[in-house]
Amino acid sequence: MTLNDVVQFLVVVAALALTVPVMGAYLARVYSGAPSRLDRVVRPVEGLLYRVSGVDPASEQTWRGYVTSLLSFSAVSVLVVYGIQRLQARLPLNPGHAAAVSAPLAWNTAVSFVTNTNWQNYSGETAMSLLTQMVGLTVENFVSAAVGIAVAVALIRGLSRSRTATLGNFWVDLVRGTVRVLLPVAALAAIVLVASGVIQNLNAPHLVHTLAGARQSLPGGAVASQEAIKNLGTNGGGFFNANAAHPFENPNGFTNLFEIWLLLVIPFSLAWAFGVMVERRRQGLAILAAMALLWMGSVLPAMALEAQGNPLLGHGIDQHASATVVGGNLTGKEVRFGAAPSALFNASATATSTGAVDSMSDSYTALGGGVLLVNMMLGEVSPGGVGSGLYGMLILAILSVFIAGLMVGRTPEYLGKKVQAAEMKLIGLYILIVPACVLAATALSLSLPAVRASLLNHGAHGLTEMLYAFTSASNNNGSAFAGLNGNTTFLNTALGACMLIGRFALIVPVMAIAGSLGRKGRIPDSAGTLRTDTALFATLLIGVTVIVVGLTYFPVVTLGPIVEHLVTHA
Amino acid sequence: MMWRVIRAALVMLVSLSVLTGLAYPLVLTGLAQVSMPGRANGSLLYAHGHAVGSALIGQAFTNAAGQPLPQYFQPRPSASNYDALASGGSNLGPSNPVLLRSVAGLARAYRAFNHLAPGTPVPVDAVTTSGSGLDPDISIANALLQVPRVAAARHLRRAAVRALVQRYTQGRILGILGEPVVNVLELNLALDRLGRQ
Repeated sequence: MTLNDVVQFLVVVAALALTVPVMGAYLARVYSGAPSRLDRVVRPVEGLLYRVSGVDPASEQTWRGYVTSLLSFSAVSVLVVYGIQRLQARLPLNPGHAAAVSAPLAWNTAVSFVTNTNWQNYSGETAMSLLTQMVGLTVENFVSAAVGIAVAVALIRGLSRSRTATLGNFWVDLVRGTVRVLLPVAALAAIVLVASGVIQNLNAPHLVHTLAGARQSLPGGAVASQEAIKNLGTNGGGFFNANAAHPFENPNGFTNLFEIWLLLVIPFSLAWAFGVMVERRRQGLAILAAMALLWMGSVLPAMALEAQGNPLLGHGIDQHASATVVGGNLTGKEVRFGAAPSALFNASATATSTGAVDSMSDSYTALGGGVLLVNMMLGEVSPGGVGSGLYGMLILAILSVFIAGLMVGRTPEYLGKKVQAAEMKLIGLYILIVPACVLAATALSLSLPAVRASLLNHGAHGLTEMLYAFTSASNNNGSAFAGLNGNTTFLNTALGACMLIGRFALIVPVMAIAGSLGRKGRIPDSAGTLRTDTALFATLLIGVTVIVVGLTYFPVVTLGPIVEHLVTHA
Repeated sequence: MMWRVIRAALVMLVSLSVLTGLAYPLVLTGLAQVSMPGRANGSLLYAHGHAVGSALIGQAFTNAAGQPLPQYFQPRPSASNYDALASGGSNLGPSNPVLLRSVAGLARAYRAFNHLAPGTPVPVDAVTTSGSGLDPDISIANALLQVPRVAAARHLRRAAVRALVQRYTQGRILGILGEPVVNVLELNLALDRLGRQ
């Protein structure tokens, strides 16, 4: 890694350090219903949304009411996005004459966008009409992100309120997150992106005659607007097949870092907002510190590994960075970004459940690709997706309190709420669902010869391709080792099922925990209370994340990236 | 009760779709088209009044048979053959024999094409495919190694071509962000203009 690579990493860290406190404070105000300067513009829009949909914004819901509304909204979303894809050939705004999407692929894509996964088994340039990209996919980029934040906020309310049956109103949280947070920030970000060269038009492909006398069709599209929310909402679904490696999505070294900042800013800020909302800022800082250290612990090794290059290419290839050579493992990477900043992007995207790529993960070095895989295996908490990262980390914090309580013989309590059998059963379920889904589905797929035919690479790398796909789907990341051809009936269906389970089979227990904690009274801190706002607790939280969640996958990671690394360096 | 929830869900989705799926992209498209039409429409480059490509999208400089044209700087190899409607990389893993054979073959071809001694180190960007298949840039080292060939094919002095490479080298943004690169289409357009003067 060169000094300049380190400086670019520090630029991202500095940008986050400056913006997270501001964004965190703003998020806390939005979800507490505090007045804001945006009120004059936004209030009438919100009022209209509530009126037409028959929602009373003043009423509060129990955890069951909240989760029922959430599940209904998501089910309706899946049906609508499925329908638009199936009918796109007959609907307007289809300048490229995209045909109707096949049923298994439409199912996979609908589930993928509604669960904030954005796994893509299609090529965006040709498979989807402009209408599908805008009304189907861009909308889900907003609302699936707002749904994730809503769950996190409901859990915060369960922790911060005392002896209450209600956790807020799902519709209000959905609308506020969309209208007051995601829409204005995405609009500003989109303008920055257009100014830097990202396209924003409604054109059909533009045919040009190249300098050498050939023909080239340049794609059009409302790309900047989708790129902004794709990253801000930790969605990750690219407008183009190559995702953020495509120059029209990510034209230069500045947009590359700007997009990295976009995908990290809300997940980190929510940890700050948590501290503000429970009125104990240090509690938020402990969570934030654990997230930040896990993030740094993955991006820095990934950057160093990719900057080193691929030892198998031999001596005749100059991979050593200098004033004139862009060094590193450049297969699947763009020279304008450089190898290490590309790894910074992909590692940040896998750590935030974004799944966007600015370089092809399948061509990463064995261990560099392994870092991306492990980022997802940690359950997307470093800092994780918008909302899902925070609720995942809070669940792990409660688990840490329980484990520490067992070790030192203290009553487990978090923020003055007693942690009892009811919560621990639900947490056990939460921890087990995703690994069960990943490991069972990977094993099943690899045992079917017809499914193995979808692999591009073989041996240890082939195992990693399949494992990566189910890890990505079950953790709602959407990042792909693109060598795997996922567009088969089996994989479309199976990956879709894993995405649904990985999203909603986790949200329901989280909401149940929120409901159960909300009903409890608060015990005042005493000498017997384990402090959860200290560096020691942040360290414990990191340990629990790595040991309880990460180690589940250790045997299979050994067979994939670790074996491949040993073979490469033998 | 359940029916009311489903109705709320449907109406809410449709209304939010109007806001985020139609109003948001269309308003931004309008703004972008009015204030920054060049960039919003793909940063097109022109020669003789006709668009010849985009400054951001790489293109092939080969003849009809697919052979590289010596009078033009050559871009990186592309897994998508510079088809801008089929972006993507090779997705070959680092230990895949197909990748290793391809890199070795591309390095041999690069040395032969540029009259380099066997075993001359070749910059890695010249023999690897990019992630997008549309990488518009090459490294400075890659451009400099091509200078003698391009100069010979165009009967130009090497110094003149090298000066052009320097002029079309884009440094890091703010001196920090990204890598210094040479935009192949811009450089080749400038070469053609130089030839006509």
